[in-house]
Amino acid sequence: MKFLHLLWRNLMRKKVRTTLTIGSIFVAFLLYGTLLAVKTAFGAGVQLVGLDRLLTIHKVSLIQFLPESYMPRIEGIEGVDSVAHATWFGGVYQDPKNFFAQMAVTPERWLEVHPEIQLSDEQKQAWFRNRVGAIVGKVTAERFGWSLGDRVPIQGTIFRPPGGGAWEFVIEGIYEADKGFDGSQMFFHTKYLSETIEFADGQVGWFTFRVADPSRSAAIAEEVDALFANSPAETKTSTEKAFTQGFANQVGNLQAITTGILTVVFFTLLLVAGNTMAQTVRERTAELGVMKTLGFTDVQVMGLVLGESFLIALLGGGAGLALVSWAVNTGDIGGALFPTLYLPTQGVLLGVALLLFMGFAAGAIPAWQALRLSIVDALRRKG
Amino acid sequence: MFGWIEQIVTISWFNLKNLRQRVGSSIATVVGVAGVVLVFIGVLSIATGFRQTLAQTGDPESVIVMRSGSNGELSSVLGLDEARVLAQGPGILEGEAGKLASAELFVVVDVPKRSTGTPANVPLRGISASGFEVRKDFEMLEGRRFEAGKNEIIIGEGAAAEFEGLDVGNSLRWGENTWTVTGIFSTGGTAEDSEIWTDALVLQPAYRRGNSFQSVHLRLASAGAFQELKDTLTTDPRLDVMVERKTEWYASQGSALSGVISFLGILIGGLMGFGAVFGALNTMYTAVSSRAREIATLRALGFGASPVVVSVLLEAVVLALVGGVFGAAIAYVAFDGFRAATLNFQSFSQVTFAFAVTPPLVIGGLLYAALMGVLGGLFPAVRAARLPVATALREL
Repeated sequence: MKFLHLLWRNLMRKKVRTTLTIGSIFVAFLLYGTLLAVKTAFGAGVQLVGLDRLLTIHKVSLIQFLPESYMPRIEGIEGVDSVAHATWFGGVYQDPKNFFAQMAVTPERWLEVHPEIQLSDEQKQAWFRNRVGAIVGKVTAERFGWSLGDRVPIQGTIFRPPGGGAWEFVIEGIYEADKGFDGSQMFFHTKYLSETIEFADGQVGWFTFRVADPSRSAAIAEEVDALFANSPAETKTSTEKAFTQGFANQVGNLQAITTGILTVVFFTLLLVAGNTMAQTVRERTAELGVMKTLGFTDVQVMGLVLGESFLIALLGGGAGLALVSWAVNTGDIGGALFPTLYLPTQGVLLGVALLLFMGFAAGAIPAWQALRLSIVDALRRKG
Repeated sequence: MFGWIEQIVTISWFNLKNLRQRVGSSIATVVGVAGVVLVFIGVLSIATGFRQTLAQTGDPESVIVMRSGSNGELSSVLGLDEARVLAQGPGILEGEAGKLASAELFVVVDVPKRSTGTPANVPLRGISASGFEVRKDFEMLEGRRFEAGKNEIIIGEGAAAEFEGLDVGNSLRWGENTWTVTGIFSTGGTAEDSEIWTDALVLQPAYRRGNSFQSVHLRLASAGAFQELKDTLTTDPRLDVMVERKTEWYASQGSALSGVISFLGILIGGLMGFGAVFGALNTMYTAVSSRAREIATLRALGFGASPVVVSVLLEAVVLALVGGVFGAAIAYVAFDGFRAATLNFQSFSQVTFAFAVTPPLVIGGLLYAALMGVLGGLFPAVRAARLPVATALREL
């Protein structure tokens, strides 16, 4: 502990330089956190979604409908808890730029399968009762300034009501979403859709259901697909996690892109910080010699140099990571673009590991030099 | 005036010759700026390539017609009668087999992506007989066209490269139908190179679409005929359609995604730039303080303060520009022409494209590098000029 003071005094000696070095490490970790959050947002919820929820889609493509009559058959399979279905509505509120997801669902079942949707009992009941009622995430409600009871017109792109014009929904509930669930979505009664649009009757987009024993997910998925094999609408069932990951992969090889960018960022800024550390030690050569003369051991001197490097990395990196998590957690910064912005714990831990590594890597060579430094050499060298 | 410039040249030349003594920290600055420019150009080249691909789709004479209010071909529906009425519109070019108006179906099928091995939404388009002629730059690269009425498909060159199993001669099973690949085509680097094509009349029963279509692609006799066609079709009481120039339509399709990518590129490049400027500042401050005595000597000899400022600034800018050139060169070699595919949210299907490192991007990157140099050199330069000559000479 007594050395901490010494470390601190050393850092404060050249305030400008220390600030700048901490600043560049701060930037590196700010970027790390931002990229991590963005990557997670693209693969929305990949980390958190449990294995206990499965998704059944049309084998040829997600855009193909499945018969609603599959629902009781899936439910009949041993180990399947409750089944819900959803249909992508793809409507537009005022302007196509105001994108948010709307889905036609069976309300009771949908909430049962998705405990992440936090909705008060009153609002639930109100929604169940109203055929044109809808619930919407808080993010979206705030974005468009909707409140309970509002009538909201939404233009259909895939489904157009007979006679033209817009669909009208009544906001019966505004829900809060647990972390990792896209809380910008709107859900409404599938009945409203099927009773208005003839060709949507008896057709649904996909099924989602929970299984009692997640370890049997793979077996149950196979069983579902076997049930509908060789029918006009064959299915493909996967865990929600695998599905979301697959969907994220559609955007691109995000893993490769973010890893690539971060490698360049870290390499660049590590070099910048490492160079400054090396310079600092070079300038202090004579002083380190004096310390060794006074009885500081080689290891202690090395520790001081390394400690200074760690301290800089911790201050800069810690501040960077903290700022990102603060911004993401309080944040509206994601807004409509990335409704599910958050930092996965795993990523934060990796960030801390990277931070320690950076502290070590930047200080390693100067520390080694300090360890090897002989008193005679150090004192002979002139500034 | 001449003396002033001469002083700058003398000091700057002197500084640059001495760079060797500060090689470590100078390299750190160069690499720092190179890294920033690399990432900056790299990320923006994705957005540029994507935008270029979409912007190249179609030409002034190509027109696309969909049901009004639809936000893409996927959500549009047009009946056979409507398609027939559309084809009679004014100004449509006459081809060998009648008017160049191709009624088309647009669906997506799951095909594994090579880079990740996971299924991706690949567009499967059913075209009419005139569909080839409607696209001016269409050509077969390999094999032959599909035969009308058969379960045969041809693959766009982009799709063939990005997705697995789309080689000539292969058979693919989607749903109840088996399709045979008979050829690879190109439309000249447009978004349609990401697609798989077949006969619309074969696709209709396979997807239970009766005799409906989703869009009609037209070729005009002249680009100027567009407005008349649009006015005629949108006011026809038998129709409820939107008529768009294909170029404009595709450009608008991609604007959201390329906007997001550009935003990220500028954000990442901007943040990283801060880090690099901090590094450059450190280097230049150290350079100035280690040369305090030398600068003071120059001042004592009669060199002015401003030549000292300019020379320090110049050194920083030169270092940054060297970094910028390196960064841009690496970005060009590594990314230009790099092929990738992404999901275009508006069409809910994959678009293959090539990253494009364009001259404006390179110039932007170099300007950015110069800016980092100026920012990194300015404060140290001012400090150098403010050094009190007497104290500096006494120092050390």
